Amino acid sequence: MPEMRISQPLPQSDPGSFPEQAEEALQPTHSEIRRYLLSRGNSAVADRLFKLLMLLCALSIFMIVALIAYQLVDKSQLNWAQSGIKFFYTAFSDPYTNQPQYWDPVNGHFSALPFVYGTLVSSFLALLLAVPLAIGVAIFLTEMCPGFLRGPLAFLTELLAAIPSIIYGLWAIFVLVPLLRQYVNPALVNTFGWSGLFADDNPTGLGYVAAGIILAIMILPIISSLTREVMTAVPHSQREAVLALGATRWEMIRTGVLRNARIGIVGAIILGLGRALGETMAVTMVIGNTPEIHKSLLSNGASMASVIANEFAEATSDLHRSALVEIGLALFVVTIIVNAIAQLLVWAVTRGTPRQVH
Amino acid sequence: MSISTLQFRSRLRAATDHAVTGLAILATILVIAPLAAIFAYLIYKGASSLNWDFFTKVPAPEGELGGGMANAIVGSGVLLGVASVIGVPIGIGSGIYLAEFGRGTKLANAVRFTADVLNGVPSIVMGVTAYALIVFPHIAFLPFLGHFSALSGGVALGIMMIPTVCRSSEEMLLMVPHVIREAALGLGVPNWRSTLSITVKTASPGIITGCMLAFARVAGETAPLLFTALGNQFWSTSLNEPIAALPLQIFNYAISPYEDQHRLAWAGALVLIVLIVLAVSLVRYVTSRGVLKGNS
Repeated sequence: MPEMRISQPLPQSDPGSFPEQAEEALQPTHSEIRRYLLSRGNSAVADRLFKLLMLLCALSIFMIVALIAYQLVDKSQLNWAQSGIKFFYTAFSDPYTNQPQYWDPVNGHFSALPFVYGTLVSSFLALLLAVPLAIGVAIFLTEMCPGFLRGPLAFLTELLAAIPSIIYGLWAIFVLVPLLRQYVNPALVNTFGWSGLFADDNPTGLGYVAAGIILAIMILPIISSLTREVMTAVPHSQREAVLALGATRWEMIRTGVLRNARIGIVGAIILGLGRALGETMAVTMVIGNTPEIHKSLLSNGASMASVIANEFAEATSDLHRSALVEIGLALFVVTIIVNAIAQLLVWAVTRGTPRQVH
Repeated sequence: MSISTLQFRSRLRAATDHAVTGLAILATILVIAPLAAIFAYLIYKGASSLNWDFFTKVPAPEGELGGGMANAIVGSGVLLGVASVIGVPIGIGSGIYLAEFGRGTKLANAVRFTADVLNGVPSIVMGVTAYALIVFPHIAFLPFLGHFSALSGGVALGIMMIPTVCRSSEEMLLMVPHVIREAALGLGVPNWRSTLSITVKTASPGIITGCMLAFARVAGETAPLLFTALGNQFWSTSLNEPIAALPLQIFNYAISPYEDQHRLAWAGALVLIVLIVLAVSLVRYVTSRGVLKGNS
């Protein structure tokens, strides 16, 4: 198309009119022929009905979001009336032992604090492990990889995204956790035990670290494929310009590619965070499921999604169920915000560039 | 600056370059390693546990050996059927709207954005919603409400399919050249007919693969089924009763204390992953070949 535009003679008298004409030629949706043909159609009613039906389908996506929000707010009213916003940051103290207590369905005490903590800690660990690896993979695939390897490797990382959460959980229970229990956790205690973050008090191998590692494996493909997308969106002229100045390949990647793609990469990381926050099954299987807060990363904990998965079907009282729904509502709101921000950032970078098919 | 400093610098830059290349390769290997580990272990454990009983028998009672997951495989089929009835038409319909009617409008952008955001909502939240919508309310003249059922699980999965189907069908429809639409209109075919019989039909291989992708995604979902479909140890195909599902059964067996049930969990996981990998490979094959002949 651009060549056509150049080959056409430019009208000297009125330069302003040309871009509009070109625009119209590029967008046949609004061409004269089509408008004429549409206007003389004899099935205007059917056409309008069809369009309305499709519009309804499209609007149903809004309705679904509204419906989810309404149901969650409605079903968590009971707990909201009971404890309000304090639900997310208070603790009760046990009258006998004076220990802080957070989640006691039997006596009707509910506080989401340990779950918020567990979700944040495991997601943060996951990002810490996944982000450098994901960016490394994206750099390798877009800038360094020989052509014949690119397709298969990209496919493999995509495959990683298609494996269901339950299978990651299964693998984590039977392979990862024994491995952590036997080798990794003792090593962590010996090397970093002084920091207090790795205490030797949990012989199971479950806990925040196990959850963080399995989450990292799960969010890696999302971050790396989106990073790849924003990196390929950086125009080649940028790379060539930096190389022409005598830069090495790494300097080219750093100044020419990463710097231009950084907003999109941040978006990709945030999208990965959104996934990690809401991930349920794999985390439920390895985090240990105890509603407590520990400084040690090797301790058992629980996340917001895991407590819903564990207790919802057997909730003992209406208040218990409504507390769980409120945790779900918090999860919904947070993931919506996180995803919206991430999407906007990614769009800001990739907008206007055609989708690359590898 | 002396010559030797310059030489040192350029050597340092070259070394950094090599180091980064090495790190990137290392990262790629580290990412591929867990994938290889998962697949190797899955095939090793799953293949040794698969037998004919797995596909033909219902689960054995607690603690007994043997049994299979026949009811879970059928149950997953029923759930996916319900999910497709909800997810596929609405998804394709909204895809048609985005590609054919709403191109470039603000509404279409908002729909697209909302679909992408909905895609990121955790599956467990969908489960809670389906619970609140179908399992929770008791209404006398609507007998399908008020209890755990296959229907509620199917609804949860169906809602999850919509954004994926919508976005992929939109992308496929956008690839259909305008000339084809105008040719149909030029023959006097009404717009709705040209959309359905010409545009959608031209893009149908792509749309079908998009549906397969959504299918594969929800086939492995466990979280939304935990308190909607609930699981079932016996044969059931009724929409009105709790139903077994493959991922649910894998979960229950994985956390059980019995060695024999772990074996079945691995076998189930292998079956599930084979189905999903087949679907994903098919999608990749079709999309890489170019969905439409002579146009990509």
